[in-house]
Amino acid sequence: MPMLEVQDLKKYFDTPRGKLHAVDGISFCLEQGKTLGVVGESGCGKSTLGRTILHLTEPTGGKIFFGGEDVTSVDRARLKKLREDMQIIFQDPFSSLNPRMTVSEAVTDPLKLTNRYAKGEMEERVNSLMETVGLTERLRNSYPHELDGGRRQRVGIARSLALEPKFIVCDEPVSALDVSIQAQILNLLQDLQESKKLTYLFITHDLSVVRYISNDICVMYMGQMVEMSPSKELFQNPVHPYTKALLSAILVPDIHVKRERVLLKGEVSSPINPKPGCRFAARCPYACKQCEHGQKKVEISPGHFVACNVVTGAGAESL
Amino acid sequence: MEETERMEPFLKVEDLTVQYTAGGEVIKAVNKVSFTLSKGETIGLVGETGAGKTTIVKSILRILPDPPAKIKSGTITFKGQELLSLSEHQMRKIRGSQISMIFQDPMTALNPVFTVGEQILEALRLHRKMSKKEAYTKVCEMLEMVGIPAERYGEYPHQFSGGMKQRVVIAMALSCNPALLLADEPTTALDVTIQAQVLHMMNRLKKELGTSVIMITHDLGIVAEVCDRVAVVYAGEIVEMGDKVHLFDHGLHPYTEGLFHSIPSLTGDETRLKPIKGLPPNPADLPKGCKFAPRCPYASEVCREAPVLLREAEPGHFVRCIKKLAADIKTDMTGKKDKGIDIAAAENRPQGSATDFIKRSRAAREVE
Repeated sequence: MPMLEVQDLKKYFDTPRGKLHAVDGISFCLEQGKTLGVVGESGCGKSTLGRTILHLTEPTGGKIFFGGEDVTSVDRARLKKLREDMQIIFQDPFSSLNPRMTVSEAVTDPLKLTNRYAKGEMEERVNSLMETVGLTERLRNSYPHELDGGRRQRVGIARSLALEPKFIVCDEPVSALDVSIQAQILNLLQDLQESKKLTYLFITHDLSVVRYISNDICVMYMGQMVEMSPSKELFQNPVHPYTKALLSAILVPDIHVKRERVLLKGEVSSPINPKPGCRFAARCPYACKQCEHGQKKVEISPGHFVACNVVTGAGAESL
Repeated sequence: MEETERMEPFLKVEDLTVQYTAGGEVIKAVNKVSFTLSKGETIGLVGETGAGKTTIVKSILRILPDPPAKIKSGTITFKGQELLSLSEHQMRKIRGSQISMIFQDPMTALNPVFTVGEQILEALRLHRKMSKKEAYTKVCEMLEMVGIPAERYGEYPHQFSGGMKQRVVIAMALSCNPALLLADEPTTALDVTIQAQVLHMMNRLKKELGTSVIMITHDLGIVAEVCDRVAVVYAGEIVEMGDKVHLFDHGLHPYTEGLFHSIPSLTGDETRLKPIKGLPPNPADLPKGCKFAPRCPYASEVCREAPVLLREAEPGHFVRCIKKLAADIKTDMTGKKDKGIDIAAAENRPQGSATDFIKRSRAAREVE
């Protein structure tokens, strides 16, 4: 049984100009101890997807199953309990911590929400959490502004681990950090996953990071999934024209690799009241008449799904 | 290269030292940085947040706020002119016209209450003394060049997306055909597909206009894409500098090595990254010896004792490391072992080709 199953999840926001389709029909299964990477450009709905799964915003449609239980609409009491199992690590460690709380106060905070720990035990728990994430004890009474980005992110991770969750949404946890620190945090997240059997939904726009950390990758474009596949397979054999363009746009720190670049024209169009049909069609070099009517998701090899007419249907030979 | 140009490089920064004073502390942001740049060349300044990259380029344009920033020493020679001794009035004539800058964050670099067209127009009217009509035509041309329809002249920054705003900033920086362009992380705020568009455009413009560029970035992928030479900056010092090919194939400094190991590869099968341990030093309290020694896997007592000088490991390839120099280069050196060397002079010596270099270093390794 998968740890998390999402079926046709939708989240629309009301705006003065109409409905904004932030997440539009996303489905996937995630096994315990695995990582699903979600990639896409800013505004494609990847953060909204993570937040909707956690009920930080209520879904407009679709179903969410957590450990086999339907948690799409749950009451407050159940939700509170559920949140102990589902946590989030935020992108910006500079704004996600309360500037008036010291490190130990910030890490104790979530512990107070349950009655699992007696007053005396809390301190011990905080110490062990700080040790787990690699924060030395002398930082207990430091305030967030006294810490660098990497340490702040460690505090954020300690907070999300406090109640021993099973599933964590990592929303761009390393994007705000320098490369040398980024590698430290990625290693930490991996160690934690191994020792605690954690399940991650890893949201990022950095494709080299996502390849490194994920078992499967879901590529999103304007709220929809365009391709989902095991991580290596996606990089070796990308099929969707958008995935191809996205992968070719990565700058590799190697001067001897000459890569062919697919330069996309234009920019992402508005996700407000989108036209039916493939949302990528306007920028797609292979778009055909059929694309105006929409596309189906097809499994082209085990675990490799693509939503594109050209690949799966009539125009396949033109690729 | 012509004889005269070899004598006087296009841009020469020598012994630049910049300090900030904050809360009674002296923050040593830039420490004796020297480098040169020739016409049409692109040099990449690579390093982490707080390494002093932005401070270096802002000193060239002299737009550091004083106080708290103070250029303590050094000279910056641009086309034979000493920039640091110019008056503010003379400097204003150079800014935007001969040297211009692309700022990191396009969201804050534009003025929200003027249309984008007006903002580009201002520089042209001021520096090129164009009439309104001429300038308008030129602005429309610039907008088209960066891929924005000229009809959007009258729109305000908030009506543009991030990528388009960055292109407006680039159009503004290039409007007066500057000879030197300072690009401070021009694509960091952008998505990869838009980044590819912007870099592609910058490369094209560089070729068309023959602009020299100083590209600040922390992304080695961008360096591989657009730079000719690279300077790795750590704690306000250049720790390694050389031709892109030399540096990528034979990076010598442990910090450079660490940077490469910290990036997950797109093809490799590594299951674990090798991050650089620890954190960059506090710039108000720098180590006495090698600034990287506290994080360096090769460091020993010698490294911590006294400052390490930047030395030439191979013609045109400079490194600030005792260990690596001792290990990789034995006798085949310039002879100036105990003193730092005059980089400008060394750089202007005719250099062997990259293939020569690779052959030689391979031979050296085989000997070992």
